This record gives sequence, C-alpha cells and structure tokens, in this order.
Amino acid sequence: MPQQKPATRPSAGLRPGRGGLGSIAVITFILIAVAQYMIFMYVPDDATLGLIQRIFYFHVASAWNALLAFGVVFVASILYLAKGERRYDALAYSSAEIGVLFTSLVLITGPIWGKISWNQWWTWDPRLTTTLILWFIYVAYLLIRMAADEPEKRARFAAVFGILGFIDVPIVFFSIRWWRTIHPVVISWQGAAMEKSMLQTMIVSFVAFSFLFVYLLINRLRVEAMQDEVAQLKERLQGTR
Amino acid sequence: MTPAIVATHVSKRIGPRLILRDIDLTVERGRFLTILGPNGAGKTTLLRILTGLLKPSSGRVLIDGRDLAEVPAEVRRQFGVISHHSYLYDALTARENLYFYGRLYDVPDLAARIDEVLAEVGLELFFNEPVRTFSRGMVQRLAIARAIIHRPSLLFLDEPYTGLDPQASETLSSVLNSLRGPDRAIVMITHQFDQGLAMADRVVVVVRGQIALDEAAADLTLDELNRRYRAAAGGTGDGAGAEEATR
Amino acid sequence: MSFLRKVGLLAWKDLRAEFRTKEMISAMLIFALLVIVIFAFAFDPSRDEVRSIFGGLIWVAFFFAGILGLNRSFANERLNDALHGLMLSPVDHSAIYFGKLLGTWAFMTIVEVIALPVFIVIYNYAPSGSWLLAIAVILLATLGFVAIGTFLAALTANTKASEVLLPVILFPIIIPVVIGAVEATRGVFGGLPLDDFVTWFKVLAVYDAIFIAVPFLLFEYLLEV
Repeated sequence: MPQQKPATRPSAGLRPGRGGLGSIAVITFILIAVAQYMIFMYVPDDATLGLIQRIFYFHVASAWNALLAFGVVFVASILYLAKGERRYDALAYSSAEIGVLFTSLVLITGPIWGKISWNQWWTWDPRLTTTLILWFIYVAYLLIRMAADEPEKRARFAAVFGILGFIDVPIVFFSIRWWRTIHPVVISWQGAAMEKSMLQTMIVSFVAFSFLFVYLLINRLRVEAMQDEVAQLKERLQGTR
Repeated sequence: MTPAIVATHVSKRIGPRLILRDIDLTVERGRFLTILGPNGAGKTTLLRILTGLLKPSSGRVLIDGRDLAEVPAEVRRQFGVISHHSYLYDALTARENLYFYGRLYDVPDLAARIDEVLAEVGLELFFNEPVRTFSRGMVQRLAIARAIIHRPSLLFLDEPYTGLDPQASETLSSVLNSLRGPDRAIVMITHQFDQGLAMADRVVVVVRGQIALDEAAADLTLDELNRRYRAAAGGTGDGAGAEEATR
Repeated sequence: MSFLRKVGLLAWKDLRAEFRTKEMISAMLIFALLVIVIFAFAFDPSRDEVRSIFGGLIWVAFFFAGILGLNRSFANERLNDALHGLMLSPVDHSAIYFGKLLGTWAFMTIVEVIALPVFIVIYNYAPSGSWLLAIAVILLATLGFVAIGTFLAALTANTKASEVLLPVILFPIIIPVVIGAVEATRGVFGGLPLDDFVTWFKVLAVYDAIFIAVPFLLFEYLLEV
C-alpha cells in the first residue's frame, strides 16, 4: 500500500551542503586526472591489440557505473513505494539519467574497440547485447516519466517500472547467454590474466568513475531540489495573490 | 449510533500543492449531505478520499467505525457510487452489466434483484439492449440501478446532474429522493445549487481545500446560500467560485 | 465469492463484450496475417531458410498483434470510467489484474490457434514434432507476454501517449520471452529431441512465474488515481 507521509517540504533532505560537494569535486578531479595519466602514459600498449586496448578502461568503468546507477534506481524505487517520500523519487530519477548516460558510453566505446580488435563493429555477445537491452529498459523508464504528467503518479509509475526493469536484467542476461550458446560466438573474450600495471589502472579507473558517478548524482539531485523549490515558491506566490 | 463517515484531519498534497487542508467531516446515517465548492476547491479529491480511490497524505477516514485504509475491500461493500461517468460497459446489455456488478458484490438472489432495480429506474423493457444504444438519460438511470443493486448503506453522488437534460434531471431527483432512508447516508458533490440545496439536510462548502461553510439546509434559503457562498469564495480573492454559484 | 471466481467473472465480462462485437480479435488476427505477408515480401518465401526462421516469424506476428489487444484492454475500462467502478467494488484490486490477464490470454491464444495453420500453409512449412509440445509453447509464451503486457498496459493507460508508449516499454522487458518462444518453437517444429530445447521451456516457466508474482505485488500502485 502506498503511504504518503505529510512532507512539509518535499525536497527537504535532498540537498547536500555546498562544502561536501566541493571536496567531492576535488577528489573526483584528482582521481580522474590520475586515471587519465595511468591509461595514457603508465600502461604499456597491449601486446596483441595495441593502442585501442586503452579504451577498455573507459568502457568497463562506464559499464560498472551504469550497473551502480541502476542498482540505485532499484533501491530508491522500493524505498519510494514503501515510504512515499519525494527524495527517493528524485534519487531514482537522477540515478536513472546518469545510468542511461553511462550505458550510452558503453555502447559507443564497445563497437569502437570491437571494430579494431574483432574487426566488426557489433557482435551479439551476451554482455554487449544485455547492455543494449539495459539501455532500452532505462530509456523506457525515462519515457514513462515524460508521459505521466501528474508528479505523484509519475513517481509511482516510474518506481514500479524501476523495480520491474531491474528484476528483468539478470533474466535477460542469462537468456541471451543461453541463446548465444546455440549460435556460437566466433570471437570470444580473452580471459587472459591482466598484467599488473593493467590491473592497477583498471582499479584506479573504477574508483575514479565511481566518484564521478557520486559527483554527478549529487549535482543532479541539487537540480531536482531547486526545481521543487521553484515549484513551491510559485505555489506560495499564487496563494498570496 | 456510529456515524456513517468520520473523516479526521484529512489533508492531501499533490506535488507542491496542498489540495485539502485538515478536513474534519462527520456524516450521520439517514442524512443527505451536499458538498459545494468552486472548481479546483478540492471537492472531487475529498470524495475520492472518502471512497478510498485516493489515499490521504495524512489523517484518516472511518466508515461505520472501520478504517478505510485497513479493510478497504470490506468497507467498499457498503458503497454505492453514482457519478457523471456511468461505470457501465457499452458492449454489454443492461442486464449483463447489472449481473456483472451484482456478482462482484455477491448479491443474493440476483436475478430477482435485477428485475427489481430495472423496474425501479423504469428500464424493464430495455434489459436486453446493449448500453451503447441507450440515450444519456437511460444510461444515467441504469447507472443508478448499478449503484444500488447491492443495497448500499452509503451513497456517493459525484456531479450526477452533469450532462442531463431538464427532464432527466427531474427523474434523477425523484429517484434520489426515493433512495433516502433512515439507515442510508448520502453524500453529493455538485455545482447545481438549487438541486443541491433542495435535497440536502446539510450543506458544506469547500473553498481552497478547507471547509468554509457547514450549515443545516433548513436554515438556508437559496439566496442566502448564494450570498454566503460568494462571501466565502470571494473572500479568498477567487472570483471563479461566485460566477459558478450563479450559473 | 472466492477470489478465483471473481477473477473468472472479470474475464467473463471481457470475453462477453468482445464476442458481441469481435472488433479486437478480428483486428488482431488480420494484423498477424498481414505481418506474415509483409515478411514474404521482405525475403524470398520459397527459400529453404524459411525452415530455420519460421519460429521467429510467427512470434513476431503474434507479439505485434498482441500489442493491439493489450492497448485496448485497459482503454476499454477507461471508457465511462468503468475502472473506477471496479476499484470501488469490494474485490481485491489484484483480481482486476488477473481478470484482464485471463481475458487477454484467451484472445491471443484464439488468434494464434487460428493464424498458425494459415502461416504453415502459405509458407509451405512442414512442421514435425509433437503438437502437444507446440501448444505448450504457445500457452507458456503467450502467458508471459500478457502477464507483463497487461501490467504495463494498466500503467500506460493512465498516461498521455499510451498507445505509443506501451510497445516501447514492453518489448525490452519481454526479450527473454521472445528468445524462449522462438527457440522452443524452432526445437518443437524442427523435430529436435526434447533435451535440446527443454531449457527454453524452463526459461518461459520461470519468466511467467516471476512476472505474474511481481505485478501481483505492485498492481495496487498502478491503480490509485
């Protein structure tokens, strides 16, 4: 049962302090800079793939962020339905947008890498295909938000779909994997152990991208909070007129 | 005796808007209550909260002493709702519509009851016609039959006069009057001041999500109601309400 | 009256209304046939490859036709605001979901059972394998499709642009059903041993179970006005 608590300020508790955001911005900047240095200067060229292998650090880290973002959508959606507080809806929405952004990056960097290393832009590899479906699911999530005009209804519908979509993802992944075993993939992912420097770079990229996600998320939440505040001020002005 | 409806501290917020503010409302059995108010005042929202279609942001609604939020399906059994929408299926015949709703409400001895209500609203000759062939007035009469087939103890009327011609309105009024009874509470929201006042025991005016006027109907004449309504609605600087009142 | 009988009553109401006019079923059927005919122009229907893609063809036709039915299922309830009438009645709201699901499942299965022989004839296809298994695939895959489809139709019916929105949000979610239906059909009609495609029966069954349970839990949130 949806229970709406009386929220005097729907956006209250959304807005992080400026100071916190500043330090996260600095940390993110430094981490991203270090990650860039490692990707382009520190790691040697890959023995077989050469230069193009470096796009992989962006590719995999973006995929990680997308998953992280959609996990947040899932949890925030459940919390919204359970508590009916606006801040969980704002969190789910913000996170979904960022997730779609990083999924798009995965879908752009993947084929670039694939063209060089597999000599074809696209393969119906389970991971790449699941990412594509993931992109469709969360674009659908954003479309639902656009189509429902009334804020509370929009939040409710989006939360329902956010839960449904996330539950669907593993089923999609496994069915695609079994499907590919019938139509064998010629090219397989190299399971070779990574060199030590590559592993280090990968880990730093992951951490840097995770911070980037948090930084973007906080900023996006602040935009939501400001929009709520504007809406409320308008409402109050209307009332006094 | 437990009142039919007790709403306490009901508020509803939708987005940044506070639609209802701290409404307290008690309706006794055997009474006919009319709720008036300008567009956007929150009367539809209030009715939806009283019937459980919408959940209040805060506050609670007791129907016969039972909490609507806790046992919704049980409480709904006593509701009959007549709206300006008919709730009927156009492709089904009058009889099929009544059969469907009768079964949903577990009405005993349904076949006889269907004949009874069809006679009550004067549609006994049209029981086998699909609703899509009905005129607006006939649809409204069948909608009434649908709403009372399970002998509800609580009737909600949501702008029932909308879209009816004068003759159909008269029929509606007489049917509604026949539905009054000592065990039945009736709540109507409407724009029609004359009909609203003529039938009511008590009139409540909702303005800007708050109850602005709550009077026994016997103490009010139509002019008096119009005047006080204007004062209540106009006092908040909302001209729309006063225009509507004179319509 | 028990929950199941109310579900049956709700489905009866939809079937009764539909069989009076047959508007939706005939539109779905004609649309499914048209999709198959269009396919014949998209590639040479007399080629041998038809054997290997037949399973895919029929499900594309069925799912597209199914979208038509789903779009109508809650649109009908919104006419005259009948859905409010149901919500105000003393049935558990999830019964409304299951009633709709049952009705749409029946409509789609009827369309499939009529259309499939036609598809087989016009493509000169010679299916082998067990008819019982074929019927099981049709029932399971259609159930998965309408289970989640009915749920999302209830969602989109409550938005503007509902007719456009439904296919866009439904198809990504039902990818596992599409894969399962196509592969299982290929296995059955290709006369392969059951072991080769039993996985797909399991996928369909698991999907059906999950996507009946989740809507059951969440349906209430879609109904509130």
